[in-house]
Amino acid sequence: MKFAVVRFPGSNCDEDALQGLRDAGHVAEYAWHENSDLSSFDAVWVPGGFSYGDYLRCGAIAARSPVMESVRAAAAAGAPVIGVCNGFQILCESGLLPGALVRNSATKFVCKDVWLRPEGVSEVWPVRAVGLIRIPIAHGEGRFVAHEEELRRLEGEGRVAFRYVDSHGERTPVSNPNGSVHDIAGIFNEGRNVLGMMPHPERATRPSLGSKDGLGLLRVLNQVQRT
Amino acid sequence: MTLKPALLDSAGRTVGDSLARLGFDGVRSVRIGKIIELEMDEVDPTQVKAMCERLLANPVIEDYVIEESD
Repeated sequence: MKFAVVRFPGSNCDEDALQGLRDAGHVAEYAWHENSDLSSFDAVWVPGGFSYGDYLRCGAIAARSPVMESVRAAAAAGAPVIGVCNGFQILCESGLLPGALVRNSATKFVCKDVWLRPEGVSEVWPVRAVGLIRIPIAHGEGRFVAHEEELRRLEGEGRVAFRYVDSHGERTPVSNPNGSVHDIAGIFNEGRNVLGMMPHPERATRPSLGSKDGLGLLRVLNQVQRT
Repeated sequence: MTLKPALLDSAGRTVGDSLARLGFDGVRSVRIGKIIELEMDEVDPTQVKAMCERLLANPVIEDYVIEESD
């Protein structure tokens, strides 16, 4: 699959994403945020970092940059779109995903490996196929929140893509690293082709990085035949 | 603009704890927000509200108040 890795001023996980996608067998090229045409790509990766210095709110300015119109069009056409960390914040700010990411409940930046249990159902992102995975988080504002009604819909429609768990796949009071509601680490949009998640699969693609569980997630896309 | 009351304002809570440590009793809660000052030739309240809704505030998590002064 041919991925556009969007670069904003302040993106810092773009190179990891590009390399990780290539390691997983995809074609990947950068797309500058001022570009407005992503029509030559099959899929879009919105990477982590501190886009526009995180001014105003994390992801707020990036969400209103020119390239996001094309990301919106790709999402509407059913193309796979993934936002990781700051990318997740950008997708929420742009309205492509519900909810918002606010300061961690413990107020600290948290950088460590976490265990994730894939739960959501999606043909585009068949995340359940990867099973329990261990990949890193690195964020200060990763506490997912949403209105009660939105939360009910996410849960009821099986759109919680990943939940923070312990190494046995169980939810415990200490397995949630940031206070996210319902231990939510990642979600799908209504069409289930847009995935947002705080943990970084692209930072766990080789044994030398401590885990290659993330590579499995980048590879699940290969199994999908797009129409 | 401030975080909606239903949301834990962790920065506000930290400041509240710190005030208590300094001996300032009686602070029930602290909420931290932002003030954005706009200088405009002509003030159109509808336009300012649109600015809040589209960029300045995130209605999912924030409340905002618009005030006009000379």
